[in-house]
Amino acid sequence: MATQTSTAAAGGQPAEEPAGPVRPARGRRQRRPDGRRSTLLHRLDVRGAPYAFIVPFFAVFAAFSFYPLIYTAWISLHRVELSSLDLMEWVAFDNYAALLQDERFWNALSNTITIGVLSTVPQLLMALGLAHLLNYRLRGSTFFRVAALTPYATSVGAAALVFTMLFERDFGMINWTLSLVGVDNVDWEGNKWAAQIAISTIVIWRWTGYNALLYLAAMQAIPRDRYEAAAIDGASRWQQFLKVTIPGIRPTIIFTIVLSTIGSTQLFGEPLIFGQGPNGITGGADNQYQTLGLLLYEEGWKNYQMGRAATVAWAMFLLLILVFALQRLLKRRSSRSS
Amino acid sequence: MTTDTLQARPDVPQDSPKGRRRLRLPAAVRAGRQHHAGPATYVLLTVAAVLSLFPLYWTMVAASTDNTRVTQTPPPFLPGPHLFENLGKAWQDAALGKAMVNSLIVAGTIAVSTVLFATLAGFAFAKLRFKGRNILLTLVIGTMMVPPQLAVVPLFMMMTELGWGQKLPAVIFPTLVSAVGVFFMRQYLADALPDELVEAGRVDGAHSLRIFWSIVLPVARPAMAVLFMITFVHAWNDFFWPFIVLDMSNPTVPVALTQLSAGYVRDQSLIMAGALLGTLPLLAMFVVFGRQIVGGIMQGAVKG
Repeated sequence: MATQTSTAAAGGQPAEEPAGPVRPARGRRQRRPDGRRSTLLHRLDVRGAPYAFIVPFFAVFAAFSFYPLIYTAWISLHRVELSSLDLMEWVAFDNYAALLQDERFWNALSNTITIGVLSTVPQLLMALGLAHLLNYRLRGSTFFRVAALTPYATSVGAAALVFTMLFERDFGMINWTLSLVGVDNVDWEGNKWAAQIAISTIVIWRWTGYNALLYLAAMQAIPRDRYEAAAIDGASRWQQFLKVTIPGIRPTIIFTIVLSTIGSTQLFGEPLIFGQGPNGITGGADNQYQTLGLLLYEEGWKNYQMGRAATVAWAMFLLLILVFALQRLLKRRSSRSS
Repeated sequence: MTTDTLQARPDVPQDSPKGRRRLRLPAAVRAGRQHHAGPATYVLLTVAAVLSLFPLYWTMVAASTDNTRVTQTPPPFLPGPHLFENLGKAWQDAALGKAMVNSLIVAGTIAVSTVLFATLAGFAFAKLRFKGRNILLTLVIGTMMVPPQLAVVPLFMMMTELGWGQKLPAVIFPTLVSAVGVFFMRQYLADALPDELVEAGRVDGAHSLRIFWSIVLPVARPAMAVLFMITFVHAWNDFFWPFIVLDMSNPTVPVALTQLSAGYVRDQSLIMAGALLGTLPLLAMFVVFGRQIVGGIMQGAVKG
């Protein structure tokens, strides 16, 4: 053992492979004179290692997310067909002009917004209520939490298939239940609003429990003395909920709004599968539930117009930016007025 | 102590002096937060649990009857005798065997690499000092706002050029890392890993990779397990991009399930059998690790 260390030192290769904690500290100090290289390596390590550790993340992100996103804008200024992807013909803003005149785009945009609102608002409100209930001292709290999260483990595919059957017009369970209270069969696929409600239901079912857990975590982080102070001031439980709980979890509420907004601009799998096949991509026979995600797919992979598909993608991105700008504006105005 | 923080979290209030809180229960009750639940709460929570679980239960019911029974009114509420027969048929018709293997490969690879790279980067952001650290961390958080779905057109062109069309690498590579994962690990390590431990490693002359391997990894293990499971769920369920770049000859499970709805198989109970099969692996994971997954999601939320 001792001979090995000394040969390594004599060979002039000290800290190449530091033995770490095993090496006795005294031995290192004695070897100061030729420790120069080891300090250099050490400094190199301390300086460089952090970058080496974060490089994989940024490399993959740059190659497969950032670059394609920027390139999407470039493609959207060209005519590119799926059959000949390397032939790009410059058309400047023609795709955008065509898009703005395309009724299907405005239809898909309005569907995306209405389904987005129909799914996000009830979802977050119900999640808030559920989180409040879960925040009580409970027997079997783990069971209730896991049960609430189970839909999150169900894939879009499976969830949409099940709900398609539950919403079936002639034999679906939902219409059967409605018939018990005297409501006639609803055509959940053919009717525009019914279809949008049905699709929103799938989204709500999958994500309510997940959001509830985010809220619950935030609720549990609210310091207890705030409730104590409110209770001393004579605030009822409902007032405590409004004045302590809601402000206390505000950052999380904003976080979930951002997440759900991003999610609902991208909505794709639910309407596709809900349409059961050929009607899926067009979002129903009259495009009654075609979202921007479906339109993107239809332009690119059904009509073979990749340039136009890129235009839709970029429009979706702009829509997101617009929504967030609007949200910030509203936030600033509301904080100024209060 | 650090190993059981994650498991402990769901039951214990999230504030920092963990275990001690329990002893001060009376104060908590007076404070109006941790009220004992009344009967109404249990009723409402039971309704919520039923609503959450019923579609899955009914999938099983429908999968265990036959097409004629499923399409009758009133619809069936109790399981029938054909479950295994239907599962077998759906397995063949939707080529679910291949899809399962593909999904295992895809979700497994993505989860392993996400956890590895997120832990590396999370450690660097939490405990190492370097120029531009804050800006780079802000950049990581900013990337969460960029929905990867918007990049599908050039991504598709890229994959075609690489010859990866219809192949699994096309699905795996774009999701090898995750910004949420990096942020999650950073938050965890910032708390769980004492600075002194890293310093001690330095004094002993260990280089950074060695510190990572023998000091950081053992501390990070519980958070890594949670991140693995959450990433696995997401990767298993990912739909848009796999649907675009893969086809029915080589699908993942969610892509294969669309075949069931697309009219190749019109038997409703077979469709449900397929849906059940596609969900089963994740449900099994939830039955075993549900507690840890719930804890992990909540852990990520407080800090995020």
